[in-house]
Amino acid sequence: MLMTSESEKVRAILLPAPAAPSEHPTESRAAAIPAVSVRNLSVFFAANHVLKHVTLDIPARAVTAIIGPSGCGKSTFLRALNRMHELVPTARMEGEIKLFGQDIYGPTVESVIVRRRVGMVFQKSNPFPTMSVAENVTVGLRLNGVRSRAVLAERMETSLVMAALWNEVKDRLDAPALSLSGGQQQRLCIARALAVQPEVLLMDEPASALDPLATSKIEDLILDLKKNYTIIIVTHNMQQAARISDDTVFFYLGELIEFGPTSKLFTNPSKKQTEDYVTGRFG
Amino acid sequence: MDTAYHRWRKFKNTFMQLLTCACALLVVVPLGLIFYHVLNSGIGSVNWAFFTQLPKPVGEVGGGMANAIVGTFELLGLASLIGVPIGVLGGVFLSEYGSLRLNWWIRFGADVLNGVPSIIWGMVVYALIVVPMKRFSAWAGGVVLGMMMVPLIMRTTEEVLRLVPNGYREASLALGIARWRTSVQIVVRTALKGIVTGILLALARVAGETAPLLFTALGNVAWNRSLSDPIAAMPLQIFAYAISPYDDWHRQAWAAALVLLLFVAIINVSVRALTRDRFSQRS
Repeated sequence: MLMTSESEKVRAILLPAPAAPSEHPTESRAAAIPAVSVRNLSVFFAANHVLKHVTLDIPARAVTAIIGPSGCGKSTFLRALNRMHELVPTARMEGEIKLFGQDIYGPTVESVIVRRRVGMVFQKSNPFPTMSVAENVTVGLRLNGVRSRAVLAERMETSLVMAALWNEVKDRLDAPALSLSGGQQQRLCIARALAVQPEVLLMDEPASALDPLATSKIEDLILDLKKNYTIIIVTHNMQQAARISDDTVFFYLGELIEFGPTSKLFTNPSKKQTEDYVTGRFG
Repeated sequence: MDTAYHRWRKFKNTFMQLLTCACALLVVVPLGLIFYHVLNSGIGSVNWAFFTQLPKPVGEVGGGMANAIVGTFELLGLASLIGVPIGVLGGVFLSEYGSLRLNWWIRFGADVLNGVPSIIWGMVVYALIVVPMKRFSAWAGGVVLGMMMVPLIMRTTEEVLRLVPNGYREASLALGIARWRTSVQIVVRTALKGIVTGILLALARVAGETAPLLFTALGNVAWNRSLSDPIAAMPLQIFAYAISPYDDWHRQAWAAALVLLLFVAIINVSVRALTRDRFSQRS
């Protein structure tokens, strides 16, 4: 397992803490500036109103879990945060999303830049099949113009260390990425996302295709990463949300039903629908 | 009555099986016959002189068609310069960009072009290049073969690119890698073997084209000194020798047919080798 000190050291080498813009209004719950601030967000696919008027502030350096039944807009919400929903030609979005105070849909903001700041890990692990383990980790840097071998090697190692994969792959960095096990491949994808030094990490059911052991490794990893990253994770697994998240968002039919500290949402929810869902009465 | 019905059913089953099997074998039988006949008639004239010497004037026995062999490769090289970049880039556009409606028309156009009789291609290039240049030339021959390769390569490239799972595109874009880089260095690279296969098959297809070359490359009994001059090619030489009244030329035509057939067979076998490697990598 990754030691805390090791991870912090690594983080200190890699990048300064995200600078918090001073002009940002202090409207978050915990006086600190929210990592992601969403105002009246609606997403449409053609005429289909998938996400309805969502407003919330996601705190920095914490794990926020998004739960809700299938088709409730969880993934759509996540993809709006790094503008991935724009890949769907019929998608349309209203409202405002700010990343550390900066509007990510501003007229001069490019989606490519947003995605470098907001990383993403997918449900199905998708390491690039033509590349080795090492190449997979550095691909985001190499294809964005980083040429220095020293930088690439260092970033590759630190990312793999952070993803708790270094010890398992350090002797076969040149092996094909697909030769790793399923759980290792998913951690490789996390390392790949970390290598470009995002500020926020989005995870779309990252452990749903993994066995319990690999799942617990990913969960430990998430708990460790939250010291330095803002993590937003979609999960179908209620126990997982309870285990790893600080706050939980409950979506139902495209609407935000409840948002609050995980402990409160799971033990003393304020909405009837939330209670029904977390106790397994529907969904 | 039951047994009679059974017997009738069994008979039908056997009959249909034999019928389908016979139809399938009908594909192989002509190939075997052609190959046997060409081998039988041509092998006697395939010798060192055939590959190294120029054609002898009428009446003299011996000589070879070194110029036609080299000419075929020159023409294929010129054709590749046109067909490969346009075909591959067009396939990338069809698979990765464009709109449904536009792509439908492009695809339709490519499919129709694939069915255009090759002599018509020859007439088109005759009007476009030979007439303005006032001479038959290697350029015109290369252009006509290249133009024939474009729709073939475009469609196969599109098909193999569409087989690349969307997860790889999303993973790349989520790393903040620009879309064109994603297309070139993730999607095309993943499908590279399939694209090369398509290119080789297109080359094999146009290598034996005769009709379009009659109007463009024309043929040449000597070495081609300039690409603006007529150039010899194996299919042209076969045609010219086959319609001649001389036995020695007939023998040489058979030899050329054998060499051309082997060349195309070699391309096809290497395509098989490529695709087998691809599957073994996948599993």
